[in-house]
Amino acid sequence: MKRYDLIIVGAGPSGLSAAIEAAKRGLKVVVFDENEKPGGQLFKQIHKFFGSKEHRAKVRGFVIGKQLLDEADEAGVQVVLNATVIGLYQDKEVVVKMGEEITHYKADAIIIATGAAENMVTFPGWTLPGVIGAGAAQTMMNLHGILPGKKVLMLGSGNVGLVVSFQLMQCGCEVVALVDAAPRVGGYGVHAAKVARTGVPFYLSHTIVEAEGETEVTGVTIAEVDSNFAFIPGTEKHFDVDTICLAVGLSPMSQLLKMAGCEMEDNPKRGGQVPICDKYGRTSLAGVFVAGDVSGIEEASSAMIEGRMAGIAASEYLGYLGKEEMDTEMAALDQALEGLRQGMFAPKNRGKVIEKTEEGIEISTSLLKNGYVADDEIERFPGVTHKVGVHPVMECTQNIPCNPCQDACPKGCISIGENITSLPIVVEGSECINCGMCVASCSGQAIFLVDEDCGDGTATITIPYEFLPLPQEGTKGVALGRNGKKVCDATVVSVKSAKAYDKTNLLTMRVPKEFAMKARFFKA
Amino acid sequence: MNAVNDRSRDIGPFIPGPDDDMLICRCEEITKGEIRKAVHEGMWTLTEIRRYLRTGMGLCQGQTCAKLVKSIVARELGVSPAELEPATSRVPMRPIEMRVFANEAKEGEDHE
Amino acid sequence: MSERIAEHPILGVQEKGALVKFTFDGKEIEGYEGEPIAAALKAAGVMVHRYTKKEHKPRGIFCAIGRCTDCVMVVDGVPNVRTCITPLKAGMKVETQYGVSAEPFDKQEK
Repeated sequence: MKRYDLIIVGAGPSGLSAAIEAAKRGLKVVVFDENEKPGGQLFKQIHKFFGSKEHRAKVRGFVIGKQLLDEADEAGVQVVLNATVIGLYQDKEVVVKMGEEITHYKADAIIIATGAAENMVTFPGWTLPGVIGAGAAQTMMNLHGILPGKKVLMLGSGNVGLVVSFQLMQCGCEVVALVDAAPRVGGYGVHAAKVARTGVPFYLSHTIVEAEGETEVTGVTIAEVDSNFAFIPGTEKHFDVDTICLAVGLSPMSQLLKMAGCEMEDNPKRGGQVPICDKYGRTSLAGVFVAGDVSGIEEASSAMIEGRMAGIAASEYLGYLGKEEMDTEMAALDQALEGLRQGMFAPKNRGKVIEKTEEGIEISTSLLKNGYVADDEIERFPGVTHKVGVHPVMECTQNIPCNPCQDACPKGCISIGENITSLPIVVEGSECINCGMCVASCSGQAIFLVDEDCGDGTATITIPYEFLPLPQEGTKGVALGRNGKKVCDATVVSVKSAKAYDKTNLLTMRVPKEFAMKARFFKA
Repeated sequence: MNAVNDRSRDIGPFIPGPDDDMLICRCEEITKGEIRKAVHEGMWTLTEIRRYLRTGMGLCQGQTCAKLVKSIVARELGVSPAELEPATSRVPMRPIEMRVFANEAKEGEDHE
Repeated sequence: MSERIAEHPILGVQEKGALVKFTFDGKEIEGYEGEPIAAALKAAGVMVHRYTKKEHKPRGIFCAIGRCTDCVMVVDGVPNVRTCITPLKAGMKVETQYGVSAEPFDKQEK
């Protein structure tokens, strides 16, 4: 039987990261993945990631995927694709299906990095063609260049539902509504706000009554639910749609670990059935490690760090690395991971209702209910200030671990400080040169450059713009407010698409000056 | 003994529900009503339900419905889904043709 | 109906394999070699991949990554082929699956 020092199952962000660390230390490593291409879900992620520099913040997911593959190549990692691990037996025996054959392998250490599967909800018509998972939508549009549908209703306001809604619009679909049975938006407020300002209505405390259609989806009815999630009669709303997209959470794909005999637990905070493991991914079975979503649902950024930890822990287990050296390496990774697990959306805060920011500012209730910060709420956040001339307005209103904006400004206008989750502030006395780097580098698309009074009764607002067709200088249209409704007429003054902006175009529009703090999107 | 194992516990009679015809297992086409009824017929564990109804035994191997079935059974038993042991995990984890499953390579290839 | 994304604001123009012909229920349609069969069908507006065995209900793409097996069809005579992860080849014969057969239910033996 063929033997390896280390077999890794899953070539996603955590599996590849683990393989890199182990291969660098001289282990004979192989990674099996059932898919045709490596990278897991990273290549479907086209938004800029959050975090700080060490987490590759403001880099788009698919670019991080390419970087990771290059790094794996350099480290000499062997990735075997179209290789489905169908079983994990005692004594670390791995059964793999490749082509038309079954092959058994043995390893001295195993890392399971199989990721997660999508949860589903049921409603009459949920089996109709046209009802799809959010992952399916991402796969179709971002990997295969196919429109998932023309008119889509999204169920789920977590980060997946919000991010995929935005992606659907980026490839030209109309998102008719974003619906969630929960009373509050589940994902980042900035993700919600960038969807809401384009005009997508949010229906919180609503869910699907029924999908309509004979052989495929032709429409959907939603209705409001009470605090027991029972429908409230008379609140039904109908939409003509051809697609219903479900983004209702993920569950760890941990069956291989259960099969191998790892101690498991059902932990709702980690997303379901997970192996009992320590922070470096060591399970109850010596030499069997886990990393990424399979041990608890989080983000790709944390999965990559967990992967590195598991790779190092496996190396130490097999004696390729001393305990002291391991501790040093782990200390740095611990810190990086801890950085990502801060703020309102940290795993430890899951399920808690947070009413105030770390700064003591009341969270916008409109943001949680409607997806956007109301005009009369926005002024209380520290990134929103007024000044003569062009200046950044940072509509960042929740504590999330992210700080590219403070590094982006060449003039040092923006500060987040030591604490990565703090809301950004404008540094007093600093001078904005209207370069737009902050607008382009904000992963949440929450920074605008505003000149509130150009002297002629108008104001200019620079917004991040990631849609096609790109409006041209002189294009006339309407300015939409944070709520996606028309506030006034607007004219495009300029559209900049520098390489440093990484596909986030900067669109500057001119509006009557009284709308300077209201207009936040442009529609031709 | 926990509530799931205590078979002497009275869980009451099967009461038909308005959504009993909702399809839960997409592969084997098993409804919510069938699953609820099975609990009252004595199938208290997910492994029993699976053998009795074939939920999660179709092509997808329970990838889609496992969590849904679990919550329906838990509710019927009046326990939290976390208390229910998931059904046994077995080889093969993915759909595979029998002729491939039986076609064992003599020696694993070296992937270097 | 559904169509392809000509140019994406972030991903640009997607690279595709050669444009090839294949058949869907005997009708000739085109798709790009190497893309999943399901992608080519979706681009051609095909939503229903199969009808279920018990209830004869329509199914199509659901997970698109080979997990849910709802998109299975009869491909080159072989039933239960997951079209969302099976690459398209020129000349493939793709058929709607009724139960586990390419024969519509009324023609299947009881």
